[in-house]
Amino acid sequence: MHPAGSVIGFTVSSGAGYGMLVGVGVLAALGLLPTDGRIGFVAMALSLTLITGGLMSSTFHLGHPERAWRAVTQWRSSWLSREGVAAILCYLPAVALGWLWVIEGEVVSTAFRLAGGLSAFLSLATLICTAMIYRNLKPIPAWDNHYTLPGYLILGLASGLVILVAVFSILGDVPAFVAEAAFVLIVAGLVLKVLYWKRLSDGFWMPSRESATGLTFGGTVRPFEDPHSSDNYLMKEMGFQVGRKHAEKLRRIAGGAGFLVPAGAMLLAILVPAGGLQVMMSCLAIPFMTVGLVAERWLFFAEAQHVVTLYYRDRSPHPQD
Amino acid sequence: MTSLPKKTDRNLGLVIDLDICVGCHACAVNCKEWNTGGHMAPLTDLMAYGQEPDGVWFNRIHSYEVDTAPGDDGAADVPGRTVHFPRSCLHCEEAACVTVCPTGASYKRVEDGIVLVNEEKCIGCKLCSWACPYGAREFDADQGVMKKCTLCIDRIYNENLPQAERTPACVSTCPASARHFGDLGDPNSEVSRMVADRDGVDLMADLGYRPTNKYLPPRKRATYRDGTADPARSLEPVVPKDNPVLYWLDRVLSGQVSE
Repeated sequence: MHPAGSVIGFTVSSGAGYGMLVGVGVLAALGLLPTDGRIGFVAMALSLTLITGGLMSSTFHLGHPERAWRAVTQWRSSWLSREGVAAILCYLPAVALGWLWVIEGEVVSTAFRLAGGLSAFLSLATLICTAMIYRNLKPIPAWDNHYTLPGYLILGLASGLVILVAVFSILGDVPAFVAEAAFVLIVAGLVLKVLYWKRLSDGFWMPSRESATGLTFGGTVRPFEDPHSSDNYLMKEMGFQVGRKHAEKLRRIAGGAGFLVPAGAMLLAILVPAGGLQVMMSCLAIPFMTVGLVAERWLFFAEAQHVVTLYYRDRSPHPQD
Repeated sequence: MTSLPKKTDRNLGLVIDLDICVGCHACAVNCKEWNTGGHMAPLTDLMAYGQEPDGVWFNRIHSYEVDTAPGDDGAADVPGRTVHFPRSCLHCEEAACVTVCPTGASYKRVEDGIVLVNEEKCIGCKLCSWACPYGAREFDADQGVMKKCTLCIDRIYNENLPQAERTPACVSTCPASARHFGDLGDPNSEVSRMVADRDGVDLMADLGYRPTNKYLPPRKRATYRDGTADPARSLEPVVPKDNPVLYWLDRVLSGQVSE
């Protein structure tokens, strides 16, 4: 699948934003947030900026962005529509949460806890809807499997918590269990991605070209003459293929920058006392994680083969690799 | 609504005979010709005379080589052959392109099962094209909306056309009569009988889309024990054996007199 920048930007940015909001929301519901309005302002502003920026980026992918409002109407059948509904609903408790925290300084009231719980719930719901859009596409076996949903959830939460840890470390104290949760999620994310890449290299089940053409009476079916002389929409959108060597390099970048470095940084942030080193470690994790997750998301698209490619010749740039 | 109808009154669709399609692309061309002025008009072309022409077509005609394969139980090989393969929307019963649509632009009609796009509602998110395993939908980059085969709803119900012409453009133009149009939901329709007689197939049935359109696989060819197909040898001797003079002459001329 063609790795569109707008969709990569959207899923990485909004994923982190919702992950942050889940963290803040859960802490709020449990009454564990600091009263400091500065932390509230930075945390809420950051998460809502990441979410909104991501959502705006996703509309660049549309042929008619001005009609985007129509996308909330078909929630009965469409995960994309459900994602839109959940994303919009999520703003209500999130704005209330920010208002109560930053303006009112109300971090123990029932209203605050409720707003936190609802923010966390709707953020999770949005992350799940995003994942289910991909999970439900049968023509893309690399997505239609059990790895997709935990992948989006864990990576969203992990990247969000990493940012939250940095905010806490700069403006106050990092609750140890938040950094620990971030560490556990990063390790879980790495394990999941390594298992997924292994599974992907072995190959997910694909229909055969014989089944795609209904020509099951004889031997192997091979494309003999193309239907068109240059690439059409299908080939540009669905025919993207990445060379194996290139993919392996990007997997190392994704694994190292997206997981190993942030995991190490979180571990140090847990072990060292609050102060300069802890701030440095938790801030260091963010740019690495961003680069790693962009590489991971790029690969998520680039390595996913759509079954429509069965109708065409193999277009792998280096089939012999 | 992008939920699919539980049942459609009719299942209008196509039956495509891969035994006789000659790969002439006439169906694709006539489809383009009709539909660029039809329901989904225009079928935009970009840089039609440039190095890399691109454009929206509802029909794509592939050609494949099928390798020779061993027959069952050591019987004669199934000979390889070239097969021309027209590909277009199959108007599936489980049309995931419809259910994934977030706006309600994509829909499947209850009255005839045809899958259509309302261009006024389409936001151009392209998700429907991702959800289609058959590559039936092509995005119009110029108009910013998704386009697809309409089964020529503006021909098949068009009372301004003579009755005989009320078929999809691809069917009406096919010089080999490889394409047939009808109600595949009616087991007694001509198209349903063809599918039953020729063991018509669903493409990628494993994916569960339950396509309405069916493909008729190529008929079996005469085969010989050595695995070569030689249509000339399958002819019976022209000369009846009960005419001794002509029979003897035939054997002499075909070099078999010594046998």
